[in-house]
Amino acid sequence: VDPTDIARWQFAITTVYHFLFVPITIGLSAIIAGYQTAWLRTRNEQWLRLTKFFGKLFLINFAIGVVTGIVQEFQFGMNWSDYSRFVGDIFGAPLAIEGLLAFFLESTFLGLWIFGWDRLPEKVHLACIWLVHVGTLFSAYFILAANSWMQNPVGFGYNEETGRAEMNDFAAVMFNKVQLVTFPHVVLSAYMTGAAFVVGVAIWQLRRHRRAADGVDTGDAALYRRAARTGAVIVLVSGLGVLVSGDVQGKIMTEVQPMKMAAAEGLYETEDPAAFSLLTVGSLDGSEEKFAIKVPRLLSFLATGGFSGEVKGIDELRAEYQETYGQDPGAAYYSPGDYTPVIPLTYWTFRLMMGLGLAGMAVGAWVLWATRRGRAPDGRLFPAAALALPFLPLFANSFGWIFTEVGRQPWSVFGLLTTAQSVSPSVSTGEVLTSLITLTLVYGVLAVVEVRLLLTYIAKGVEPLPEPPDDDTPEPDRPLAFAY
Amino acid sequence: MELTTVWFILIAVLWVGYFCLEGFDFGVGMLLPVLGRSDTERRVLINTIGPVWDGNEVWLLVAGGATFAAFPEWYATLFSGFFLPLLLILVALIVRGLAFEYRAKRDDDTWRRNWDLAIIIGSFVPALLWGVAFANILRGVPIDSEMEYAGGFFNLLTPYALLGGATTLLLFLTHGAMFLALKTDGRIRVRARALAVRLGLAAALVTVAFLGWTQARTGTVGSGLAFVLAAVALVGGLLAVRRVREGWAFLGTFAAIGLGVAGLFLALFPDVMPTSLDGGVSLTTANAAATDYTLRIMTVVAVIFTPVVLAYQAWSYWVFRKRIAVHHIPTTQSMTRL
Repeated sequence: VDPTDIARWQFAITTVYHFLFVPITIGLSAIIAGYQTAWLRTRNEQWLRLTKFFGKLFLINFAIGVVTGIVQEFQFGMNWSDYSRFVGDIFGAPLAIEGLLAFFLESTFLGLWIFGWDRLPEKVHLACIWLVHVGTLFSAYFILAANSWMQNPVGFGYNEETGRAEMNDFAAVMFNKVQLVTFPHVVLSAYMTGAAFVVGVAIWQLRRHRRAADGVDTGDAALYRRAARTGAVIVLVSGLGVLVSGDVQGKIMTEVQPMKMAAAEGLYETEDPAAFSLLTVGSLDGSEEKFAIKVPRLLSFLATGGFSGEVKGIDELRAEYQETYGQDPGAAYYSPGDYTPVIPLTYWTFRLMMGLGLAGMAVGAWVLWATRRGRAPDGRLFPAAALALPFLPLFANSFGWIFTEVGRQPWSVFGLLTTAQSVSPSVSTGEVLTSLITLTLVYGVLAVVEVRLLLTYIAKGVEPLPEPPDDDTPEPDRPLAFAY
Repeated sequence: MELTTVWFILIAVLWVGYFCLEGFDFGVGMLLPVLGRSDTERRVLINTIGPVWDGNEVWLLVAGGATFAAFPEWYATLFSGFFLPLLLILVALIVRGLAFEYRAKRDDDTWRRNWDLAIIIGSFVPALLWGVAFANILRGVPIDSEMEYAGGFFNLLTPYALLGGATTLLLFLTHGAMFLALKTDGRIRVRARALAVRLGLAAALVTVAFLGWTQARTGTVGSGLAFVLAAVALVGGLLAVRRVREGWAFLGTFAAIGLGVAGLFLALFPDVMPTSLDGGVSLTTANAAATDYTLRIMTVVAVIFTPVVLAYQAWSYWVFRKRIAVHHIPTTQSMTRL
């Protein structure tokens, strides 16, 4: 077994896993901060109860996001030391800044928010959760700037002597055009994911309330309806933003990584105008097409913004890449001289990303329609769709990342360094295999624990507000408002 | 001063901050079965670090990130070289962090016992291995002419390195006991004080041996001074805790750990990772560093934001300054509320 492949599997598994929790953290922190703001402004207790209910779910999710994030920072050095040497001068800076600006902010103010309900003035306490959200946005910005540099390296020079890429324009790295469109795309999809989670939970609780036999306090139905409807609006609005930013992203991608766009379509021969296939049945390596449903001119639009633009195919691009970068990208798992990523993977992940995202928006619209003017949704299909809603943007995120990272192959840094050149030479196959297996097993167990805990707390539903502290006990002796 | 020296100092400061802060929450975690004799008592211990442990751990993440940015070669050689110990530390930090958050989320004895175990082991492993890792950095490990680590896992387990591990382990245990004496009330406080003295004596012996050995190997005047001051601070902390001056006592172990780590970095400079191979290359602040341009940008960012971070982190300690006792712990019925 090639250690590079094992290291790639570990990176893929740990990163996709980590990024299941990240978008929920970003999205839900904003929604909870919104609830708490609404409570302070209206003094309507429904908002406070929603804050606390989704706050608990948020914390269960956040904890895994944090601990799996540590692995992310360490594994660049552990598994990808030659990558780290090559890019450290550029890639390390946003990572360090992310720690200093974002991680301290998130962790400190989340601690203050969780334990500070009775310790801080109301407005200061509210500011804490907003600062947590700001921290998540900082975090997203800097780590995406680092990733965007891998997609489109800018603001650097190559030092022949040291064999390293060296930064010469920090602003160019921070405001990389890929970054400027990737950041809104990722953050808006995180809002969509967080909101979809809220809608799914709320609709499920709403359904329970309709079944009197459950013996649940039906007085909370109004509250869940409110959560479902506000959530659905956020799903729709942010979904629209994801769509628009994704569209711009596609055009920039065509410009800076044309092979990735060709790989997204599995387009071997250059077309003008180019059609977009909704699905294709072909050979396993994606080189031969047997059956396809195509929308004429759509790929031209996605890639260029016009309905008659030329989209370059894999064959032409491969020849171009070979001329620019040399015959052989040097990756053992690619045929010599080939610059083509794994086509079936890029083809299907691209479609799954878009398809699930669009389906999420459709369900969001359906939720709004079905709950209009006090209507209570019924039937079988609607609740199934609403319960599936949280998973649509969640998995769309995963497929989007798999697409964008696989589509960059064989490069780790586009045009500069291949993935095979990036791996740690001093780490043995046994070591990297140990780490892959250990982390996968630990993550697997944690997933089961987390999901079960989450379901327990979702089933508990919103709770009544705690009784005001009894005045007989002097303040220093009262129990903590929250304790582990 | 050269920027590479500035960044060597900043990274030393980050590690000092990390060990001074997470040091006591490792200690609290390891003392869970010793000082927490009932579930409520264990919850008292956990809640003393509840609001702050995550912020403490960020010091490690920033130290890692800063090393990546300022000394990419150091980051690459260190993290790929110390692969298995770091993997163990990662797993420990994962289960430990989750344990704090999840332990009280279910009213079930088995559930709580399992998470207690995760906290104890998850605190023990890094408390031991960080000392082993730092001792190895100071001692020098096989690094070849390509700056790659050329040893194996068992190269890291020398007597000197194990003594380093015992040092951090005992220092963090003592530091944790001092913190608990300062932050709890009632019986736990009394027990923590008594334990701090006993642990502290053991820690003092091992620490003096390790720092003395280090001084004899690679010490400088500066590191010698720091080590002596560290020993003085530790002894002062022990005297203070015997006189029930818990604030001073905690400050004593805090300063001892800080000065000890500072001394280790002084003994290391200007190397960042010396080689033990004849034909090998030692990593230094010069040959492991990022470019001047990157270091300048990082310096500006650090100068602006480090004071801000220090201010709000200190403020969060101020907000949660109150001692916690058994009667502060809410009953199981209300503990699942936020």
